Amino acid sequence: MAVNPAIEGRKLPPAEPYLVGREKIREFARAVLATNPINFDVDAAIAAGHADLVAPPTFAIVVQEKTLAQLLAEPDAGIDFSRVVHGDQRFTYTRPIVAGDELTAQLTVASIKSLGGHNMITAVSEMTDGTGAHVVTATSTLVVRGDE
Amino acid sequence: MAPTIATVAVGDEIPSVEYHLTRDTLVRYAGASGDFNPIHYRDDVAASVGLPGVLAHGMLTMGIAVQTTVNWAGDPAQVVDYQTRFTRPIVVDPKTGAVVTISGKVGVVDTEASEVRVDVTATFNGDTVLGKAHVRVRLA
Repeated sequence: MAVNPAIEGRKLPPAEPYLVGREKIREFARAVLATNPINFDVDAAIAAGHADLVAPPTFAIVVQEKTLAQLLAEPDAGIDFSRVVHGDQRFTYTRPIVAGDELTAQLTVASIKSLGGHNMITAVSEMTDGTGAHVVTATSTLVVRGDE
Repeated sequence: MAPTIATVAVGDEIPSVEYHLTRDTLVRYAGASGDFNPIHYRDDVAASVGLPGVLAHGMLTMGIAVQTTVNWAGDPAQVVDYQTRFTRPIVVDPKTGAVVTISGKVGVVDTEASEVRVDVTATFNGDTVLGKAHVRVRLA
């Protein structure tokens, strides 16, 4: 099964909004071995000028993941999940993610490339807050290994 | 003292930190992130797809690797851009785990934008496991 090149440029419907909770930020921060008090202590976050706890820089993957699941489930995409390897990842922030944010993520298939029998899918997920303002863009390149 | 755009210079180093990962670390990250791919906690599944052992999630390594930069800057909100390539896996032994060493160096100072680029190195068993791990950090 090969990746369908026709999905290049496809914009998926927005994923269900994700409400960022304080305890989820703490749980994720512990999981990435963060020690910064602004991830854990509301008073420290407020003292630093934030409305609430600030999420670690890679937290956006939790929200982006919903859009990647949508992409893998596209019936005509031809992406065999058992052959997918994460090639690279980028997060570009307009502002940090803070507890209480309701984020809506929407994925666009930016490119499909073929390289040495493998397919490289670059997926760009834009996340906006409840007012529609941009918060972060998460970009993943997924490598789908070809038949051996 | 937190670094400022006036005091920082290309070549400034962020002290390296060793992180000891165990299977517990991987299970905790699986739960926190929602990535339950069994190659990150089941030896039999990892072996069945030809892997040398259970691997750390690339996103776990990426998440850990930025922490020394966050603490150097002072506030996680100062990270405005972070990217990396996943170049080598980290095999996490069931008994002894794995030690990953994170270091960082200022590669670019952009005075106009009041931002620096920190180039992060993540090393496991003597090899780098992340490629082009670049963190853009806003400084006062």
